[in-house]
Amino acid sequence: MPRVAAVDPVRVGDSVTIGVSGLDGLVRELAARGYKTVGPTVRDGAVVPGPVSSVAQLPRGVHDEQAPGSYRLRHEGDDELFGWAVGPASYKGVLFPAEETLWRARRDGQDAGVDEVRDARRPLAIVGARPCELAALEVLDRVLLGGPVVDDRYAARREGAFVLVAECGKPAATCFCTSMGTGPAAAASASVSPSESRFDLAIAEIVDDEPGASDERPDAGAQVSRDVRVGPGHRFVVTVGSERGASLLEHVAHVEASAADRAARAGVLARAAAQMGRSLDTDGLAPLLARNIDSPRWQDVAQRCLSCGNCTMVCPTCFCTDVDDVTDLTGAVERRRHWASCFDLAHSFMHGGPVRSSAASRYRQWATHKLSTWHDQFGTSGCVGCGRCIAWCPVGIDITEEAAAIRASDVEAAGAGQTRGER
Amino acid sequence: MIAPTEDAGRAVADGAATGTGAFTPAPYRVVERRVETDGVVSVALVPDSGEPVAWRPGQFNMLTVFGVGEVAISMSGVPGEGRLWHTVRDVGAVSHALCGTGVGDVVGVRGAYGTAWGVEELDGVDVVVVAGGIGLAPLRGAISLLARRPSGRGRLCVALGARSPDQVIFAEDLEIWRELGAEVELTVDAAAPGWTGSVGLVTAVLPQLSFDAGRAVALVCGPEIMMRIVARALVDRGVAADAIRVSLERNMQCGVGLCGHCQLGPLLICRDGPVRAYGEIAHLLGERER
Repeated sequence: MPRVAAVDPVRVGDSVTIGVSGLDGLVRELAARGYKTVGPTVRDGAVVPGPVSSVAQLPRGVHDEQAPGSYRLRHEGDDELFGWAVGPASYKGVLFPAEETLWRARRDGQDAGVDEVRDARRPLAIVGARPCELAALEVLDRVLLGGPVVDDRYAARREGAFVLVAECGKPAATCFCTSMGTGPAAAASASVSPSESRFDLAIAEIVDDEPGASDERPDAGAQVSRDVRVGPGHRFVVTVGSERGASLLEHVAHVEASAADRAARAGVLARAAAQMGRSLDTDGLAPLLARNIDSPRWQDVAQRCLSCGNCTMVCPTCFCTDVDDVTDLTGAVERRRHWASCFDLAHSFMHGGPVRSSAASRYRQWATHKLSTWHDQFGTSGCVGCGRCIAWCPVGIDITEEAAAIRASDVEAAGAGQTRGER
Repeated sequence: MIAPTEDAGRAVADGAATGTGAFTPAPYRVVERRVETDGVVSVALVPDSGEPVAWRPGQFNMLTVFGVGEVAISMSGVPGEGRLWHTVRDVGAVSHALCGTGVGDVVGVRGAYGTAWGVEELDGVDVVVVAGGIGLAPLRGAISLLARRPSGRGRLCVALGARSPDQVIFAEDLEIWRELGAEVELTVDAAAPGWTGSVGLVTAVLPQLSFDAGRAVALVCGPEIMMRIVARALVDRGVAADAIRVSLERNMQCGVGLCGHCQLGPLLICRDGPVRAYGEIAHLLGERER
């Protein structure tokens, strides 16, 4: 990449450094450009997406501790804005609401009018999604936009959405994005996306004045933009992913990222990768699970699984929905769509009863769909390694542990030949 | 990924022709209603505006009774009739409401969805059709087209199973198909006074049918257990597993591969089915609670 002085126009692929006020400026500029800005906020003891119009609303000094069946926030009073891993709610809920009305009609049998219900088309800006969440949106893109029939409601929200990714420096004990190739760097999941510009901007937060990082000023040759110097200390190294991301940056103070800043970002990401709490061996995993449909491990996990569906509700890629027709006394009818769970008995119901009545068959459906048949259906894994299903399972069932157990008891020795499940 | 059949692409083009969002039903009106047997009703639908959706035998529509809900129902008519026939068994809230509709009532339609039997490919091929109960409904259009192939373009054998003589649907059609030269065998699980035909599983009448197993194509629709048993019997007879087409069923809610309900292993039945080659999916039918 050619070195570009910061007074030159910012270009796609550039790496620049901004301060906290610069990030604040980006958020404010997005709002000024008409975007509905959504980002990480603290609500009910968790980091969840919420309205964000300035950095003051971000989770400053908030950190999380996650473990199977456990999620707790710690407020340490420090200045870090992105010092947490993912919370229970993903950006799926912003683009694909938990409940929405599809259409309204009359039920008198004569009036044949059906009126589609649509959102106001205000463009969305996601500020501070993790790389695994960007990867999850790309999985949803495949599911909801990549097939022969698209979900036009999701499409309307997704198209034109501005995405500012916060690269990950503080993975939780439940995280395994490195195994899934989705983080901790924003560029990690490039293979998932068919589009060239996966994000508009990606920021890596640098707070600590580490030896070697803090002592260096931006490159001596780097010019200062708008008379505001961006120095060491609390800063963000920004990777520019799109033209509109570049144009947004022109509105805030920025300098070309110094060698020290780039090294600091690399250090943050390398430490994050090294601190990844869990791992999942994906080598041959899809066919492995396909040929172990009768594994006794499914009965074992069913002894622990409550079939509560929490894992499906927190999963950023679970897309199953039900529809209900809701009527009122005036004769109006509306069809509402809401998230559904494959742990619900009704999910597989046909006349005569549910297909999957045992807990074992329902956990198997969920896990094999995520890690195996998703590849058949959509050409990608359904898991991005965010670890939410582990933290939010009330009994702490760990999908990485279950997959490893099935691998350990594989009906075929490793390296065995093609099977019916091979693909 | 599952390779889409040639049917899948066509199905989508048909579905897109409704012109509105993927989840919005188009208003159709009931123009004729026929009681087939106790608890089974056929309704003919025409759109309030425009032409009925184009479809091919084996495909299905999502039918809405406003205020009650939506279900997936195969077309039971013959393409080109200018109206959409659906044959519905009264088993749940929506099917009950559909059975209760009368001429002039509005029914919402989305479709046509899913893969078809592919009767266009069957010129010059012996075809054996095996249906159980209301499984005959999605096959009626296919049989009607196949029975009208020019003579010498392949034999047509039809084996039907019903619970009892009074549960036989489309009885008049059976006679028409026989007159057109098809071999039609009927068997019931339980006979009734006056019944002189076969009693027993539909597999019992398969040996009576004369078709060239080595070059025959089979179209099978019925309960999943019935389709497994019939497919195995046909394979034993010498029919290639990939030449046996079955119509799969799972809970369908959206019809367009977006709601996740109708999964059967790697398949989304509404998108990748309902019609699939038995050879491809035999292992899935053999897995409990899949």
